[in-house]
Amino acid sequence: MATIRDLKNRIRAVGSTKQITKAMEMVSAAKLRRAQQRIESYRPYAEKMIEMLGHLATASGQVSHPFFEERPVKKTALVIFTSDRGLCGSYNSNLIRKAEEFSRSYTPENLELICIGRRSRDYFRRRPIPVAQSYVDFAGNMDLSKMKAATHFLTERFLSGDIDRIFLLYTAFLSTVSYRITLKQYLPIAMEFGATDEKHSAKEYIFEPDPASIFQALLPSYAQTLVQMCMAESLASEHGTRMIAMGAATRNAGEMIDNLTLVMNKARQSAITKELLEIVSGAEALKG
Amino acid sequence: MFRLSIVSPARVLYDKEVKSLIAPGSEGYLGVLSDHAPLITSLAAGKITIKEGDDIERTAAVSGGFLEVSDNVATILADSVEFAEEIDVGRAKSAFERAKQRLGLQSPDLDLTRARAALKRAENRLKIAGGKT
Repeated sequence: MATIRDLKNRIRAVGSTKQITKAMEMVSAAKLRRAQQRIESYRPYAEKMIEMLGHLATASGQVSHPFFEERPVKKTALVIFTSDRGLCGSYNSNLIRKAEEFSRSYTPENLELICIGRRSRDYFRRRPIPVAQSYVDFAGNMDLSKMKAATHFLTERFLSGDIDRIFLLYTAFLSTVSYRITLKQYLPIAMEFGATDEKHSAKEYIFEPDPASIFQALLPSYAQTLVQMCMAESLASEHGTRMIAMGAATRNAGEMIDNLTLVMNKARQSAITKELLEIVSGAEALKG
Repeated sequence: MFRLSIVSPARVLYDKEVKSLIAPGSEGYLGVLSDHAPLITSLAAGKITIKEGDDIERTAAVSGGFLEVSDNVATILADSVEFAEEIDVGRAKSAFERAKQRLGLQSPDLDLTRARAALKRAENRLKIAGGKT
């Protein structure tokens, strides 16, 4: 059996770990709240934008923009949204596993990765599939300039013909405890125009100045919005998962302290009993 | 009356039944009343005027975006938008001065279009905020 001093040290160590996990849980809760607010304010904008784009495409009866251009796919890019830091349960490993699954039907020659977040970059840096670009150090926040840079990089690569298809792999935020790993085609824009009701195609829209220039103006914002939306969703999922993971860790640490305290008390008691016995038997021996 | 919703990435600014709307279309200001023909247009930086009733009028500064009207629903997708009374005049003023200074410097790495756009935005916000007080 471990000595009382060993046990005391153990308890102290577990206690300080518990303090850390508790603090991390609270930090994540605060960040989650902010991230959630961001999603709530962002979603209506993104939805309206997609709606408007659909109306524009159906009503004008044309999609005259390179973002819609379907080419024979020679090279595909996968954008992975992971976190910078760990300690968030299986969040990153789930995403990375999904990315590995995705990449299985490709070769290092016809697939490249764009890693957002340190975790995916560090993982794929040592694997055969090339990482074309990575964006790290978000500190758990939305970084607009990095998102702009990423959008610019992706759209440029698509327009120049280096990449023929781009997918986004992120987690859609459902609630604090759940997220869904989602794979979404980014470019070329795959819109279900058939799904948009005929109401809009039948209608005579007035376009100012003209459909082509509106597309020209709308699509870059759309591309930007989509990337930011994915980032916002992923951030909220990350913080949610970390909060849950740290909550569980805090609870486990508490349990461990309880158990260790019990063991320590038992050890102390038996030590006292032993000492008492020694004193009593010593006294008996003197008497005798 | 028709429904007007104004959304920007930062928030949903407005979502109500209104009587009329005047928005800064990229080809010039345009007015929308109920039963307006379907329309999609891009917006320039400028002033949005909303009439909620006969004598309730609200103004907002928009920095650019898009407007769609169809079936008595008007949607404004704004890059950024603020009601006149919310505009922080001090901040707008300093942004204006900064932009002006930057344009005056004529340094070689100056992004002219961006600097001009920033100046225009700041000017627009100042004008709308000033018109209110």
